[in-house]
Amino acid sequence: MDVLVVLIPVSLILGGIGLLCFVFTVRSNQYDDPEGDARRILNSDWDEHPKP
Amino acid sequence: MTAALRPGTSACPACDAAPAAQAIAERAPQKDARLSLSLPTIHCAACISAVEHRLQAQPGVTSARVNLTLKRATVEAAPEVTAEALVAALEGIGYEAHELDAGALTATGADRAGRDLLMRLAVAGFASMNVMLLSVSVWSGAEAATRDMFHWISAAIALPTIVFSGRPFYVNAWSALKHSRLNMDVPIVLAILLAVATSLWETMLSGEHAYFDAALTLVFFLLAGRYLDYRTRAVARSAAEELAALEVPRALRMTAAGEEMVEVRELAVGDLVLVRPGGRMPVDGEIVEGRSELDRALLTGETVPVFAEPGRLVSAGEVNLTGPLVVRASAVGEDTSLHRMADLVAIAESGRSRYTSLADRAAKLYAPGVHILSALAFLGWYLYTFDLRTALNIAAAVLIITCPCALGLAVPAVTTAASGRLFRRGMLIKHATALERLAEVDTVVFDKTGTLTAGAPHLGNAAEFPARDLEVALALAMGSSHPLARALTATLAEAGVRPAQVSAIEEVPGFGTQGRFEGRQVRLGRAAWMGAEPLAGTAAFLSLGDGAAARAFRFSDRLRDGAAEAVRALKEAGKEVLLISGDSAGAVEDLAAELGITRWVAEALPEDKAARVQVLRGDGRRVLMVGDGLNDTAALAAADVSISPASALDAARVASDIVLLGGDLAPVAEALTTARAATRRIRENFRIATVYNVIAVPLAIAGLATPLIAALAMSLSSITVSLNALRLR
Repeated sequence: MDVLVVLIPVSLILGGIGLLCFVFTVRSNQYDDPEGDARRILNSDWDEHPKP
Repeated sequence: MTAALRPGTSACPACDAAPAAQAIAERAPQKDARLSLSLPTIHCAACISAVEHRLQAQPGVTSARVNLTLKRATVEAAPEVTAEALVAALEGIGYEAHELDAGALTATGADRAGRDLLMRLAVAGFASMNVMLLSVSVWSGAEAATRDMFHWISAAIALPTIVFSGRPFYVNAWSALKHSRLNMDVPIVLAILLAVATSLWETMLSGEHAYFDAALTLVFFLLAGRYLDYRTRAVARSAAEELAALEVPRALRMTAAGEEMVEVRELAVGDLVLVRPGGRMPVDGEIVEGRSELDRALLTGETVPVFAEPGRLVSAGEVNLTGPLVVRASAVGEDTSLHRMADLVAIAESGRSRYTSLADRAAKLYAPGVHILSALAFLGWYLYTFDLRTALNIAAAVLIITCPCALGLAVPAVTTAASGRLFRRGMLIKHATALERLAEVDTVVFDKTGTLTAGAPHLGNAAEFPARDLEVALALAMGSSHPLARALTATLAEAGVRPAQVSAIEEVPGFGTQGRFEGRQVRLGRAAWMGAEPLAGTAAFLSLGDGAAARAFRFSDRLRDGAAEAVRALKEAGKEVLLISGDSAGAVEDLAAELGITRWVAEALPEDKAARVQVLRGDGRRVLMVGDGLNDTAALAAADVSISPASALDAARVASDIVLLGGDLAPVAEALTTARAATRRIRENFRIATVYNVIAVPLAIAGLATPLIAALAMSLSSITVSLNALRLR
């Protein structure tokens, strides 16, 4: 059962990373235009000025 | 002008965001202007890049971004770039575009309330999944020190989550208790707090049962319900905002230096305002220059245009038809007659806000019942065992198992599904309880002009005229952009009539067009202009200058698409259909006969309309009002539930619960069916939730409930009601 000492923190940290990623996506407006973003990925335009 | 008309509801989260966004916008240096365009026809990846490239290629544009979900483009550009130029550029590559008034759009990107809820939902989901996994090992037999450790870890995760994620419930419950009322949130909060407290106590005493997982799952499911509810209304609100933002409130002010384009709210009493043909009066005032005709259909329901000349008083909202008019403003902004109507709406609306939704009615029965049940369980067990710990544990189990997890999801899941279905049919449900009220409707009141009719005239008696007259009339009508002239042109050109050789055609604003034909002066226009007797209905007169009396082209208003179907379907469904119009008796009677409506009222003033609706309600009827004009606004607000078409005045749209986005009226009848199905589904969901309670509550009271049973009952009932709601789609 000693393995729990490692496994529980590991699982919590992994879950926490997922939560933080989700918070980041919400904060950076990634759910404002779900339909448009789904289509933009198919866009074949060459981006001359990519965002730094 | 549009923004000020919105009712200042404190419950609207976007209202709180708007002033903040404005403050930020004012602080920013006046470097780039932000323009919003509505793009109704955009639909694909190629459209996005075509539009963005086209916009970015315009001089002065810094950046352009298309939002496909909202069908909108946001453009950052130098202040001298005008929206008209961008609209023209997009129309050049085949995309329809309209300017949106940025002031009327609340910042959609920074939608704080929705983001806040989503964040709390995410945290609750994360925590409940972790705690659930820990609980699974406890259920499957973890013992002694391991169980205690798992309980302590669960507590460490659960406590901060309950504090953070449960906040909306605490706030709601507190505001209900402050007014000494009970709502659904009071038992929820009590259950959460009691569950966490007893679980913590049990954990300290290394007890067997801890309800951390149940408390968290409860919060998660309920937040999911709240979020669904919020989304549904956010979609409707953003679409309604867009309708309002399409009318950009600008006016042409005449100054010593010439004309200048200003925002309507900058106009002051005494300003001279130029209103071009086709434009809407921005202010109340008096005409000082120019002759024209005014269309007052949206204000009064009259279909016959009124003659306008210097000295005549005009009110905001009237549409100028033929010649440019200069108006001296006598009332601006909030003082215009258009805005005074908003007061009437506020009074009528106070009656409607007394409607209690199904969920509230359920809560009224439910909340005290749950409290009494769990208090009895506590007392009974305490008197039986004299063990406070057992009694408290059982009381907590009863509260958790009866907690309205399914009830909290039952209504939002159904309204989301039903609103989504109606939205796809072109109806926008603006109000939370609109569907429930719509389901109870037994009487439908229609307005005529602009609602049952398309608001576009249609030539009725072309066959009575000899071919030569028609040719002359067509030649004259082609020289004008008056709605009657355009209708005449369309009908005659379709019938294959060719215009006669009429020379020197000129339009005389306010009267009609004249020209020379075979050496005589010919005229097409108002009766008074050629000395004819005016007719009751809408008509244009043709004088050939040959001494004979002028003859009239009669016009009737064309039925709106789907109007006949909607009326027929409503009557077949057993609803009583009424027609109340501000138009003349003849026109109303004709239309009523055509649609088979037996009860109609003509020449009704706005107050009459509202009063009639009140009388109907007083008789115990549930009234649905469908109308579009300013004269309908009070009646729309007075009815149990109201629908207005997208072409309606902003005031009417604000006053109504449901907005029809397309031009078709047929979805009205369908909406009633969907609304009834939705209410049935809500009641079904309540029944399902009750069945689960009836099974699980005796177990809880008997002290047999374990956290496992609580988790199963809660999840199963929530999933069942959600699936049942989805059947509506």
